[in-house]
Amino acid sequence: MSTLAGAVGQPLAQLEGDEKATGRALYIADLHRAGVLHGALVQSPHAHARIRGYDIAAAKALPGVRAVVTGDDLDPKHRMGAFIKDEPAFAQGKVRYVGEIVAAVAADTEEIARAAARLVRVDYEVLLAAVDPVTALAPGAPLVHDDAASYVKVFDAGTQGNVCSRTEFRTGDADAAWAQCDVVVENTYTTQAQAHLSLEPCGALAEIDASGRVTLWSANQSVFRVQASVCESLGLPMTKLRCLTPRVGAGFGNKMEAHVQPVVVLLAMRTGRSVKLILSREEDFETVRARHPFRIRVKTGAKVDGTLVAREIELLLDGGAYGDDSPGVLGYALLMQCGPYRIPHVLAHGRVAYTNKLRFGAFRGFGVPQVTFATESQLDEIAARVGIDPIALRRKNMLVPGDPWFGGQAVRSNGLAECVDTVERESGWKSAAASTRSGAGARRGRGVALSAHISGLLASGAIVRMLEDGTILLNTGAVDIGQGSNTVLTQICAEALKVPVNHVAIASPDTDGSPYNWGTTASRVTYVAGRSVVGAAAEVEKKLKEHAGEMLECSVEDLELLPGGRVAIKGVEDRAVTFAQISGRAHWAAGGPIIGTHSWVFDQKTFDPKRIAALGLPFAQIGIFSFNALVVEVEVDEATGKVRVVGAWSACDLGRAINPLMATGQVEGAFVQGMGFALTEEMVWDGARLANPSLMDYKIPTFAELPETLRAYLVESDEPSGPFGAKSVGELGINGVAAAIANAVADATGLRLRDLPLTGERVLRGLIAQGAGAAA
Amino acid sequence: MSAAASLVADDERISLDINGETVAVHAVLSTTLLTALRDELHLTAAKRGCNQGVCGACTVSIDSEPMRACLSLAHGCAGRAVRTLEGFADDPRMQALQRAFAAGGAFQCGFCTPGMLVAAHALLGRDADPDDAAVRKALSGNLCRCTGYVKIIASVRAAARMLAGAT
Repeated sequence: MSTLAGAVGQPLAQLEGDEKATGRALYIADLHRAGVLHGALVQSPHAHARIRGYDIAAAKALPGVRAVVTGDDLDPKHRMGAFIKDEPAFAQGKVRYVGEIVAAVAADTEEIARAAARLVRVDYEVLLAAVDPVTALAPGAPLVHDDAASYVKVFDAGTQGNVCSRTEFRTGDADAAWAQCDVVVENTYTTQAQAHLSLEPCGALAEIDASGRVTLWSANQSVFRVQASVCESLGLPMTKLRCLTPRVGAGFGNKMEAHVQPVVVLLAMRTGRSVKLILSREEDFETVRARHPFRIRVKTGAKVDGTLVAREIELLLDGGAYGDDSPGVLGYALLMQCGPYRIPHVLAHGRVAYTNKLRFGAFRGFGVPQVTFATESQLDEIAARVGIDPIALRRKNMLVPGDPWFGGQAVRSNGLAECVDTVERESGWKSAAASTRSGAGARRGRGVALSAHISGLLASGAIVRMLEDGTILLNTGAVDIGQGSNTVLTQICAEALKVPVNHVAIASPDTDGSPYNWGTTASRVTYVAGRSVVGAAAEVEKKLKEHAGEMLECSVEDLELLPGGRVAIKGVEDRAVTFAQISGRAHWAAGGPIIGTHSWVFDQKTFDPKRIAALGLPFAQIGIFSFNALVVEVEVDEATGKVRVVGAWSACDLGRAINPLMATGQVEGAFVQGMGFALTEEMVWDGARLANPSLMDYKIPTFAELPETLRAYLVESDEPSGPFGAKSVGELGINGVAAAIANAVADATGLRLRDLPLTGERVLRGLIAQGAGAAA
Repeated sequence: MSAAASLVADDERISLDINGETVAVHAVLSTTLLTALRDELHLTAAKRGCNQGVCGACTVSIDSEPMRACLSLAHGCAGRAVRTLEGFADDPRMQALQRAFAAGGAFQCGFCTPGMLVAAHALLGRDADPDDAAVRKALSGNLCRCTGYVKIIASVRAAARMLAGAT
C-alpha cells in the first residue's frame, strides 16, 4: 500500500470527527424546518383485534390538528416486506400486536399532536391471540394473518397458517450416520429477544413539493430500502419519493427496513406540509423490531477421538406479527449452524412462526449469535465427553484453507487457524487452570467459541467523478451508520487512485443522485461497496491514462499513476501530467468530464446442488466468509450468581484491515453488545404486553460491566475477491460471545446453562440445584 | 379544545444563562432544560436518547457539574450557568478531549459523544490524571452502544496526557 496520508491500512480518524466531537453532527431529531408539523402515533392496546371502525372527529376538531390518518387511508393491496409482502404501512383491518401503530396525527406542535392522538377512538373486536411460537403453531391457534399463503413472496417460503416460512437443508445422510458415532449429545437451547437500542431513537422528516413529490430524511441503514418500503406500502411510484440521510445514531439492523417512514410520508401527503416524527424511547421499543427469540434443538455426533460426524438441528423462531427479515434470519442461521467445521452429515431445518408480538428482524449477527450459542455450547459438552481440550477439539474439526463451506461454496481466504492460535496464546489458555484462579466466594473459568460470518449480499454501485481541479468526488449510496464506512470507502478510493484522502470527498447518499446500494447490513459495505469503488476508480484511471497518452504522446501501456495525483511515463517521473491538467483538458477541450462507474451484484452460489438438498433457501447468492476465534474469562459470584466477564480475547480474520482503528472498534463494540445479550438484556412480555420498554428496565452494558481486559486482534488472510484483500467485520465479533461466556460459566462452576440470558438469578438457581444434588 | 388550551395556560418567558449568554425562552413549569435547549434554542448537541435520565446523551454542565438536561426543569435553571457542548468551543480542556476522541476512535455514531465529552470534561477538571477505574466511574452514567467503551477510556486518558504535556 502507499504511504500517502490515509492510505489503506492506516488508522485514519473518522472523516466526521470534527462535527461529531463538536456536537454539530445533525441526526434526524436535530433537523429543523420552518413551519414543520409534528406527528404523533396512536398505538394498539390489543394483541389481536379486528378494527371495526374509527372515530376521529374529536381529534380533528382540536385546534392545530392538520391531519389524522387511519387504516381507512391505506389500500389493502399495498404491502411491504423484504421476503413476504405481508405488512401494511401501519395497521389495516386488524391489529396484530400491542403497541402496533393504528393511526397517526399531524399537528402544529408535538403537544397538540399527542393530545389529539389520545382523542382518536378505535372500535375493536378483540380476537384470541397467539403470543408464543409453540402456541401459534398448535392446531386451532388463532391466525395472525387470515390468509398468509396468498401474500406475494420473493422465494419459496412455504407460508401457511401461522408458519411464516420454513427452510430445510440436507447433506450426507444424517439418519444413517448416527450409527457411526461414539458420542451423541442432544439438547435444547433457548435465546431471548434482544433490543437493538441504538441510542438514537427512530424518526423521520418528510417534505412535499408543489408537484407532490416527497423528500424524506430518516434514521436509516439504506436510503434505497426506505424508498422501496415506503413506495410498496403506500402504492407510490419510486419517482415520487426521494430519500436522503442525516447522520445516523447507529443501527444494528433496526433501521434497515421501515419504521415510521411510511406514516410520516402519508401525513406529509395528506397535509401538503413538512411533517416530523421522532419516536420516544418507549415507542421505539414497542414499534420497531428486535432480535428473534430462538428455540434450538440440536443433536451432534462424534467419534471417540472428537471427529465430528453428524448433526441434526431444528430451529423455531418467533417471528412476531410480520415477516420482515425473519425468513432470511432462519435461512442464514441454518446455513451457518455448522460453524467453521467439517460435519459430513447434516439435517438442518426450521420454521418461523407468526405471533401476536412486535416483529422480529435483522440484528447484528442475523441469527448466528443464537445458533452459535447452542452449537458451540454443545461442542464443549462433546469435548468433555471424549476428554479433549475444547480448543483441541475445535482445531481437529475446523475448516482449513481449501475446505468449502457447508453446502459446497468455495472459501477463498481462511485465516481461522491464526485466529485460534492468537487467542490461545494471548489469553494464556493452557495456563488457565480454573481452580488456581478462584478467589473466596468466586469461581473463575474460561470458555472458547469459534464462529464465522459472511460479507456480501446483493447489489452496489459506485460513481467516481473527477472534478475540474483534479480532486475527486466519490458517491456510493452507502449510509454510514457510525461504523465509519465513509472513511473506509474514501481510503479505498484514494488508495486506488494514489492520492491523499483529503483529495477525495464522499457524497451523502441520495436516491436521486447516488448509485443503488442495497444497504448497510450483512457486513457488506467494505466488501461489496468497496469492490464497486475499486471498479469505478479503475475506470477513472483508464480514462486518465487515455488523456495522458495523448498529452505525453505515448502509449497508455507505458503510463503509471504516481502518488499525489499524477500520471507519468513509467520510470520517467518528470514526464508527467497532473490530474488537474488532465481534468481541465477533459472539461474544456477533449473527451468530456471524467466519470468512472461500477456496479455489481454478489453472484457466487450459496450451494452446490450436487452436495446439498435445499428447500426454502432465501439467499441463493450470499457472500464470502470471515472467521472469528474468541476466548473469555469469567468470574461467577457464588453468593449472587452474578457473572462478570474479566477478560476477552477476540481475533477476526477480516482479509485485510482497510482501517485498523475502525476494525478493532467493530470487534470491541460487538463483544460488549454480545455480552449484554449473554448476561443481562431481555425484552420481557407480560402476556402480550412488553413489560420493560425503557432503559430503566432493560439493561445494556455500561462502563461498569466492561471487562478489565478486552483485546481485538486482526488477522489478515488477503481475500482475493475483496478490495485490497478486505472482507467485512461489522457483525462477526458478536457471534461467539454468548457461547464463549456460557462455556466459561460451565468451566467455572460445572453448570451447563442452556437458556439465555445468563442472569444472576438463573446462575444462582443452577448453583443451588447443583449444591442440593451434591448434598443428596 | 381544553387539552390544547391547558397546554399553554402556564406559558412563561424566563431568562436563562446558556453558554455565557442571557437568553429568553418560553417554558411551562414542566418544560425540561433539554426541550428548551433543543426545541426552542436549536442547541442540538445534547441528545434525547431516553428522556428518562438513564442514557446520559443529554448531559450538560450546570454550574460546572455534569447534569441530565432531560431531568432538569428549565425553570429550575434560572440563575444557574448552563453550558452545552456548543459552549465549550474555546475551552482548551474540551479541545484536547475532542481531539483525543476523534483520533482514538472514541465514537462511532457519535450520538452519545456530546454527553460523554461534557462528563469527561468535568472529570478532568477534578482529576488531571485519572486511571482507568476513575474514568469508568466518572462516565458510568453515560451509555454507548457502538464502541464497547475501550477506546473512550483510552481517549480520555490520552487527553489528560495531552493537557499535562501542554502545561
